[in-house]
Amino acid sequence: MSAARAPLIGQSVERKEDYRFVTGAGQYTDDIVLPQQSYAYFLRSPHAHARIRAIDVAPARAAPGVLAVFTGKDLAGVGGLPCGWLIKSLDGTPMKEPKHPVIAEDRVRHVGDQVALVVADTAAEAKAAAALIEVDYEMLPAVVDTATAASNPARVHDIAPDNVCYTWGIGDKAAVDAAFAKADHITRLSLVNNRLIPNAIEPRAANAHYSRADDSYTLYVANQNPHVERLLMTAFVLGLPEHKVRVIAPDVGGGFGSKIYLYAEETALVWAAKRVGRPIKWTAERSESFLTDAHGRDHVSKAELALDRSGRFLALRVHTTANLGAYLSTFGSSIPTILHATLLAGQYATAAIYCEVQAVFTNTAPVDAYRGAGRPEATYLLERIVEQAARELKIDPAELRRRNFIRKFPYNTPVGLTYDTGDYEATLKRVLELADVKGFPARKAASAQRGLLRGIGYSCYIEACGIAPSAIAGALGARAGLFEAGEVRVHPTGKVTVFTGSHSHGQGHETTFAQVVADRLGLALDDVDIQHGDTGKVLFGMGTYGSRSLAVGGSAIVKAVDKIIAKGRKIAAHLLEAGDADVEFANGEFRVVGTDRKKSFAEVALAAYVPHHYPLDRLEPGLNENAFYDPPNFTFPAGSYVCEVEVDPETGAVRVDRFTASDDFGNVVNPMIVEGQVHGGLAQGIGQALLEACVYNSDGQLLTGSYSDYAMPRADHLPAFRVETAKGTPCTHNPLGVKGCGEAGAIGSPPAVINAVLDALAERGITSIDMPATPYRVWQALQAARR
Amino acid sequence: MSVTIQLSVNRRSVTAEVSPDTLLSHLLREQLRLTGTHIGCDTSSCGACTVHLDGRAVKSCTVLAAQAHGHEVTTIEGVTPADGSLHPMQAAFRSCHGLQCGFCTPGMVMAAIDLVTHREHATEEQIRTGLEGNLCRCTGYHNIVKAVAQAAKAMGR
Amino acid sequence: MPALSYHRPTSLAEAARLAAGDPDARILAGGQSLLPAVKLGLLAPSAFIDLAGLGELQGIRADGKGVTIGAMTSHAAVAASKEVRARIPALSALAAGIGDPQVRNRGTIGGSVANSDPAADYPAAVLALNATIRTSARTLAADAFFTGLFATALEPGELIAAIDFPATAQAAYAKFPQPASRFALVGVFVARASGGVRVAVTGAGPCVFRVTALEQALGKSFTPQACDGVRVAAETLNTDIHGSAAYRAHLIPVLARRAVRQILG
Repeated sequence: MSAARAPLIGQSVERKEDYRFVTGAGQYTDDIVLPQQSYAYFLRSPHAHARIRAIDVAPARAAPGVLAVFTGKDLAGVGGLPCGWLIKSLDGTPMKEPKHPVIAEDRVRHVGDQVALVVADTAAEAKAAAALIEVDYEMLPAVVDTATAASNPARVHDIAPDNVCYTWGIGDKAAVDAAFAKADHITRLSLVNNRLIPNAIEPRAANAHYSRADDSYTLYVANQNPHVERLLMTAFVLGLPEHKVRVIAPDVGGGFGSKIYLYAEETALVWAAKRVGRPIKWTAERSESFLTDAHGRDHVSKAELALDRSGRFLALRVHTTANLGAYLSTFGSSIPTILHATLLAGQYATAAIYCEVQAVFTNTAPVDAYRGAGRPEATYLLERIVEQAARELKIDPAELRRRNFIRKFPYNTPVGLTYDTGDYEATLKRVLELADVKGFPARKAASAQRGLLRGIGYSCYIEACGIAPSAIAGALGARAGLFEAGEVRVHPTGKVTVFTGSHSHGQGHETTFAQVVADRLGLALDDVDIQHGDTGKVLFGMGTYGSRSLAVGGSAIVKAVDKIIAKGRKIAAHLLEAGDADVEFANGEFRVVGTDRKKSFAEVALAAYVPHHYPLDRLEPGLNENAFYDPPNFTFPAGSYVCEVEVDPETGAVRVDRFTASDDFGNVVNPMIVEGQVHGGLAQGIGQALLEACVYNSDGQLLTGSYSDYAMPRADHLPAFRVETAKGTPCTHNPLGVKGCGEAGAIGSPPAVINAVLDALAERGITSIDMPATPYRVWQALQAARR
Repeated sequence: MSVTIQLSVNRRSVTAEVSPDTLLSHLLREQLRLTGTHIGCDTSSCGACTVHLDGRAVKSCTVLAAQAHGHEVTTIEGVTPADGSLHPMQAAFRSCHGLQCGFCTPGMVMAAIDLVTHREHATEEQIRTGLEGNLCRCTGYHNIVKAVAQAAKAMGR
Repeated sequence: MPALSYHRPTSLAEAARLAAGDPDARILAGGQSLLPAVKLGLLAPSAFIDLAGLGELQGIRADGKGVTIGAMTSHAAVAASKEVRARIPALSALAAGIGDPQVRNRGTIGGSVANSDPAADYPAAVLALNATIRTSARTLAADAFFTGLFATALEPGELIAAIDFPATAQAAYAKFPQPASRFALVGVFVARASGGVRVAVTGAGPCVFRVTALEQALGKSFTPQACDGVRVAAETLNTDIHGSAAYRAHLIPVLARRAVRQILG
């Protein structure tokens, strides 16, 4: 490699990982069968809330093929599944932290709560045996509804008599009250952010193996952050030595948050693997995924926006009740607080904001981060109320937003964040062009000709990504650091293997990260290989969530690459008999500045491993560097979305006709992958807005426990998207200038869709509707408006 | 009771002993270890398990292995050329970024091959409805639809 | 796990004998409803009686009067049949919209009709087109066939052999899908033949049913507007999270009007 080639960064390079995926050669957890494999089945509670009087496992133990049956009693010495974020109430008291047992002890608290673990020679035998277990339940009243949980006399946990986990607040309440007192106009909005079920298409799965040979454990698990999984499991639950447990997250079929967490199933499998003496595999049936994957959203909020005569936002006041489910999931407590309320400034210079969050326990599955995690809830609330204010004040909604945009950076919001950079005007201007907003009236008239109501809706979102500066997170209650680790291993031939803590389960890290490294080292893309997802290979990692991988994980790799280059320069200087400072590195070559004396990267690598002529007095042989990167701030991707819908007033059916996005992600490494991330996010956001709803009945039975009742977006529900990534404002504080793109689509789109639906329905006198705007719900709204 | 079945899987003759309720997907994954066929649900809704039975796309989780007796089954492994190249549909999925996590991809590719093989000049709308039996949670389908259209051209359809 | 057996009879008579001899056995046609139910543990049959070996149940025969569709004919085959399209385009279109492509490649008309799923599409066509169901024992008029939720006039051991549909040019099916399952939340099949107008509704009640009020209104005036004044009683209709009985009742004339509009082009 000598001639400078075009940079890979910025190119839509085809993905390195795709050959294995398109040929079916990917290896997902369920594809792995270990010698002597056995299989697990979890007996689950059919009741939302009940006391376990007795369990008779004897018939199951005697069933064909059964190796072992375990209940909560057997795991009595095992700790509960921990929560990684301590939130304190306004009065300073810590959140209520009830034990989250790996297998239910004396009570079950949601339908699907695990009651017993059966291990057998085959999965069918384990399942059949589980059906023989007799559980004597004493039914207890269930707490289900989010809004009324705190006033429900029934208790999910005895330590939280009012079912409140915490009541937390952020912002200057007095300043907000003062601003409201002098406001010219107040817009009020009550809304529900509908509960969702993540539904990665690969169900959760785990395969745990104990080796007597070296007293060690290996866990294969469909997970987004194997090191975190191992740390939580060993240090907080099972008390196993961390260095004796290897966690491998092989190919993982989508996560969207739901595979961040330490779940009961894999924990129980690791615990049981030693006792059974054979590897144990469990793969969730989809029905189990519906019942037990951590759900998302589920907020009930009231918001008030104070404006002055010119439409300037003076203050925002928000009260949110957030459903945490039956137990605190790994990051459950942080989602409606740290990741929600801190985003309520959005793109606007609202002077004062106060948000109070009451988090409640209910007899439903635990709720945690789902794509966007708190930020979609904030964006939905804010962009709905802004659009409503525009309608009330008869100001064009784009213009109202424009009047309130933050224009000077860095900008300190009233809710604790410092935006480093952004250009909201640019993405709004661009999206209005791309979406041909000027042509909307003609399209609306054409729709009316066909008896359809057309509406247009906007959304200008911001998100805090690149999670997270450890010191800030720690101050806010995080019980973990949120840095990332990387290792760059240069082989003697100059080929490179990179190890990253950022797991890839669809995001394309194996390509994007290789583009970054290959560019920096002047190598061909094929000469760089990315490894992830194995605590036995990767030095450490905090994992993949919060659109953090490139911004944090990529930055760690860049730091390690820079160390490689620094050491390479010293080696090259020695080989070239020059001073270290006189050697520069570019295009894969170390060169004495201003001369043609040079060594290729491969020559330097070889010298490092064959140190015959080498500065051993001051340099170690070898060329391998680690780096940890802790970001100094969050990153702040932002953008503007426009949605156009057609509503059929006879049936209530809503069709998304056009969806246009302009996003500012800072620098972009692989535009094809970035746009793909936006597409996927949009589908999930449109799904939330129009299709998806997790519904429990008042007894706590899940009514949407299969794809027959939980409506997933399918190809024909969605339009072709118009997505453009703006030139953008590079992040100011990470070496790549990147911000993250994984969640934007899911964050920005729900309010755009609902604002469009409401715009369409405005002529029928409808001013509010909750998600999902299903045909039935739209029809109900139309009926109500007629009365 | 077990049933002895004989069928062709990826052009090779296979004889297997199965239980009457063994699903074709189970035979493929667990007995034949063809793990490219994935299981994403238990209600025949997601299409991740799509294979071809006598050249037509079917959900292998909703076909008994015994029903495949005497028939020809083709899985994603069977459409993959042995020389390391790709079927035009696979190639189009890669070049259009029609996949992310890859879990739905084999089923999606198998469904798309059937779609393109049996429908000439499919419009975007026909491609979208033609894929209604397959769920993808990653891509928003945008690039999948592009890939199928591109592959259709490459396949002369 | 109960011991399970699998039979592959080679004649309709043998299949009927096997079915009659074991009340817990299930007839396996395309399996697209049966196998999901077995997988979820909703059904635990003692045996599968697979009809795939019965060549006599396969295929479509057409003449001037209409089409006879063998019970084991797949939805895809019906949708692709030129004979069906020429004689009953609405039936062709209905078959092309059942489930999804993979389901259409396996699912059969006999299986669907015998199952009498309250939200299945075929029952609406059978009833509205006044089809005749030929079984292993007799022939049954459509009006006598569907008796309730997953219930039909079929006796134990009685199998559908074929269904005769009279050629009907003036027919259309308007389906409003339940957003998740994509089955009909409400599906309305309107057929206009010499004997009058028949309107059959699926998805809305426990079983496919005819709407006399719509039939009469359309009999008087076969126009889209004729549906507008018709109120369908909601009392016996289904309510679930996807729609109340009132919503379903509302959709019936709306969809009937759309079907009529389609028929009139």
